[in-house]
Amino acid sequence: MDFEPNSEQQMLIDQVRRYVREEIIPLEAKLDPDASELDPTDQARLVEKTKAMGLYGIDIPKEFGGPDIDIVTRVLLAIEMAQHRAGLYVPCYGTFGGAGLAQIFEANEDQKERYLYPTLRGEKKPFFGLTEPSGGSDPARAIQTRAERKDNGWVLNGAKIFISGADRAQYGIVFARTDASKGRAGITCFIVDAETPGFHVRRVVHTLRSSSYATELEFKDCWVSDHQILGEVNKGFAVANDRLTRQRIPYAAGCIGVAIAAHEMAVEWAKMRSTFGEKLANRQAIQWMLVDNEIDIRTARHFTLEAAEKARRGLPFRTEAAIAKLTASEGGGRVVDRSMQIHGGMGMTKDLPLERWYREMRIRRVGEGPSEVQRMVIAREILGSNLR
Amino acid sequence: MAIRLRLDKPWQPLTAEAATRLPGQLGVYQVADAKGTIIYIGQAGARSPFGLRSELQREASARGPGHQFRVEVNQQYRTRWFELLMVHKADHGSLPVDNAKNPPPALGRLSPA
Repeated sequence: MDFEPNSEQQMLIDQVRRYVREEIIPLEAKLDPDASELDPTDQARLVEKTKAMGLYGIDIPKEFGGPDIDIVTRVLLAIEMAQHRAGLYVPCYGTFGGAGLAQIFEANEDQKERYLYPTLRGEKKPFFGLTEPSGGSDPARAIQTRAERKDNGWVLNGAKIFISGADRAQYGIVFARTDASKGRAGITCFIVDAETPGFHVRRVVHTLRSSSYATELEFKDCWVSDHQILGEVNKGFAVANDRLTRQRIPYAAGCIGVAIAAHEMAVEWAKMRSTFGEKLANRQAIQWMLVDNEIDIRTARHFTLEAAEKARRGLPFRTEAAIAKLTASEGGGRVVDRSMQIHGGMGMTKDLPLERWYREMRIRRVGEGPSEVQRMVIAREILGSNLR
Repeated sequence: MAIRLRLDKPWQPLTAEAATRLPGQLGVYQVADAKGTIIYIGQAGARSPFGLRSELQREASARGPGHQFRVEVNQQYRTRWFELLMVHKADHGSLPVDNAKNPPPALGRLSPA
């Protein structure tokens, strides 16, 4: 496969690269190093700019008003959008818009009117409620939140943890066990309004990612009607699984973008900084670190674009997405680590973005399925899925 | 084990001398009036030249006598700051009076158990 951008893709890449360098990075210089939001005036101005560029809502499918950009091109652009201090988790501070949660596109017409379209218009924000205190890597078995039939609806009881944005959301997609005897075939996906009695955001969960927090949720006799079921009863796991697989490709792209930015900083620093009368760039120890950076970046880029290309063609891409996520999150972490080492003491300071990337990149080896789960997915492809 | 949700250290008088003794570290702080009513929750971020010391020196100078303060050294000053604001809103129904004048955009809601 040839992953060199064609002329149209290159034009878009150049456009987004210019946008990041001329619009985002200068604003970021004035913000707190851990900031995740722009000033609302800047935010509104830049959203108008991305709309004028024809790139707003880049991940929204064409039939819902998105700009009809294929997934390979979106990966190439996501790599560019991540190349600033907040870029790993808040690429361009959200000024390219969001598509909401992938699952909500599978909603019925009534649910689309109530949730999808308001989300695409920016009027509602969702959260994704899957992980529980009992575990996140194996949701089919770990989910203990129960939904029991009552009064033409369901009563939810249980807890969720590491849920981003639930305190600011208007609704969430929540997975609960509706049949305890059926494992993954006993999980149902519900849409829960944040105002529903019995839904509580109990606390903030502080993590390495000090720019933003996760939350812990409690469902206490939280009644939802049958109209709030997304998909079918006991078929919620497939909804979650599909989302997790798809999400791994852009997740990998963000890691690559940050790795490229860290590597470029390390190269510049190595050419400029001298020790013992010699530029760092002339030291073999430094050269080898830069070579290893380059190899990690190229490897991750190749596998991520390969996964995207398979997805674009409508081919199975579960294994490829796992390889992409694994190489980009682990390789990206190594690149940032080496780039900090090359920078010495300066690399540890909040004057530079490296320390934020270092902390946030560490989370990427766990988020959206830890490295061990990705390896398990790949092993099943090699050895057969019936392996026990 | 979760960190303590609310700041519950004893109040100290907000004076230039007290602020000078503070560490130059990142963190969060609260300012109260003489009766102990919280009027402002602030953060000492990485742009503060000397962290909590700089911020409380500025507060002491701007507010004058009759105020109290307490601090918490915390590397996660931003998320902790948001948390303290949300907890205050959950406890009292509104933000501290000086935060309410310029609230952070899109502050979330908590209902602590």
